Amino acid sequence: MSAGQPPLDSPEIRRLTPVLGPGYTYGSVTDKISAIVLTRPTSLGWFVGFAIAFSLMGLMTVAIAWLVIKGTGIWGINIPIGWGFAIVNFVWWIGIGHAGTLISAILFLLNQKWRTSINRFAEAMTLFAVACAGIFPLIHTGRPWMAFYMFPYPSTMGIWPQFRSPIIWDVFAVSTYGTVSLMFWFVGLLPDLATLRDRSVQKPMKIIYGMLAMGWRGSARHWHRYQSAYLLLAGLATPLVLSVHSVISFDFSIAIVPGWHTTIFPPYFVAGAIYSGFAMVLTIAIPLRKAYALEDFITMRHLDNMAKVMLATGLIVAYGYFFEFFFSLYSGNKFDVFLVQQRLHGPYAPFYFALILCNILTPQLLWFYKMRHNVVMLFIMSIVVNIGMWLERFVIVVISLTRDFVPSAWGRYSPTFWDWATFIGTIGMFVTLIFLFVRVLPAISIAEMRELVAETSEEEK
Amino acid sequence: MERRSHIYGVMGEFATPEQLTHAVEKVREAGYRRLDAYAPFPVEGLSQALGLKRNLVPLITLLGGLAGGVGGFGFQYWVAAITYPMNIGGRPLNSWPAFIPVTFELTILGASLAAVFGMLALNKLPQPHHPVFNVHRFSHASADRFFLCIEARDPKFHLADTARLLQSLHAHHVSEVSDD
Repeated sequence: MSAGQPPLDSPEIRRLTPVLGPGYTYGSVTDKISAIVLTRPTSLGWFVGFAIAFSLMGLMTVAIAWLVIKGTGIWGINIPIGWGFAIVNFVWWIGIGHAGTLISAILFLLNQKWRTSINRFAEAMTLFAVACAGIFPLIHTGRPWMAFYMFPYPSTMGIWPQFRSPIIWDVFAVSTYGTVSLMFWFVGLLPDLATLRDRSVQKPMKIIYGMLAMGWRGSARHWHRYQSAYLLLAGLATPLVLSVHSVISFDFSIAIVPGWHTTIFPPYFVAGAIYSGFAMVLTIAIPLRKAYALEDFITMRHLDNMAKVMLATGLIVAYGYFFEFFFSLYSGNKFDVFLVQQRLHGPYAPFYFALILCNILTPQLLWFYKMRHNVVMLFIMSIVVNIGMWLERFVIVVISLTRDFVPSAWGRYSPTFWDWATFIGTIGMFVTLIFLFVRVLPAISIAEMRELVAETSEEEK
Repeated sequence: MERRSHIYGVMGEFATPEQLTHAVEKVREAGYRRLDAYAPFPVEGLSQALGLKRNLVPLITLLGGLAGGVGGFGFQYWVAAITYPMNIGGRPLNSWPAFIPVTFELTILGASLAAVFGMLALNKLPQPHHPVFNVHRFSHASADRFFLCIEARDPKFHLADTARLLQSLHAHHVSEVSDD
């Protein structure tokens, strides 16, 4: 470090790039955040955005209805490519969810104050992403009304699920993840629902928020247990989030298909999940802070930190790509070597190179302070990383399945209109849910912001 | 001792968390035990000032986790080795490493459910109504004000004296909390 430059975490630096704009009190953070939900008129932009997203969600509904009528033949899948878009999208969406849990649980345990203003909507993003993800394996079964067969229940036929199968592990991992994320989110919302109950003027709103708040009154005895429960949930969600994408990677790595059967899959899937998740948090945070003038709460420090996490996880992913490549060659296994050649020269090589461009090369711009502080560039980069991570799953699923062990089993895969309709439809559903969430619930945790006000005012003393 | 059934207690309002913590300490020094503080966020040091001991949430969470883990593994063993055994090339029926992912997930699920529902149950939530909501200004307890309520069932409770004590601790508004 050069002389004259203050250390990175000095009060000087913290003052220059605060996690909270100056001059806020308990009352003013409460007013500002609750006003978005309670008093601010719904803008025209909200209606337009919601209408577009909702139409896309309608497209999804049509696509799923058509699927139920005709069967999975409307998709581009066929033997040998049984997985196709459904699994690509499933893994992509689940991965996006991971950043929400990382921000709310891991950064909470690490006592990172900058998580406070972004954890609520990041957790909401997790829930909505898991909801989108859950659709795909369900409809991919072909007969979604029989999906309950995957759950262990006492049936008259006396059959039980095969617990040695990664597909069943998936069912448990994803449903546990969804449940725990929902509880974590709701527990965090509880005090804020009480705030909305106390501040809403219209009777119906008072009743709805009142019922959701369950009579929360901010008693010190309640807070005492609440804090224990919240800390424990954070501690439980941390290994959970790491396990979920590991289990999803088992869907691939337990199989013997070339390109899938590697031990590097679990850590590199988890890193990739966090990478794409942070990209999605940025994709949401940047328009959100602009639309609702939340620049004092979601400051440049937040964007900068998220960009750094993206860069770090991006490098881990790059490391994963490199060693995946290296071990395939080093193993001398001719099927693995052949797969590497297929990635570089096969019919899907453009996707592989696009993936390298999106996931490894573009994020290197984040090394530069100027880039991390250029909001437009950051937004574009977050979209690029999202696309890159989708391509990664496409490359993994499609190239390996089209180039199996014997040439007679080779094939080609291309998605149909209905594949795209379902995929774009889930993006519509995700955005619809985000729009509704921002409108009816506080997008930033009010109670935690008050705590942050208390802490920052203490620091200034 | 004066105990009136239609009075729940006396409530004082404070502007800062420090004032509240200070008031709680003083009120406890004065010998009151049946009291509760209300704040819009968890105030550091308030639990200690109130003399709250370790709570049961961690223990319940542990038990939930154990139930999930032991139950989860036991269930898989029962399915795979006892009730629905499948002989695949003579491989062992109790193939325990393959049961670990589900055991792990169910441990987390059991512990999380226990943490959340245990916390709610110990806090006696949902409880839609509580006497403190009768105080008009109490709606600020979820925004920017801090409250201390001394309950009428405290043996030392005396409406006028207790109210005076709260006033002497710089409470802004001191009000009676009615019980209905």
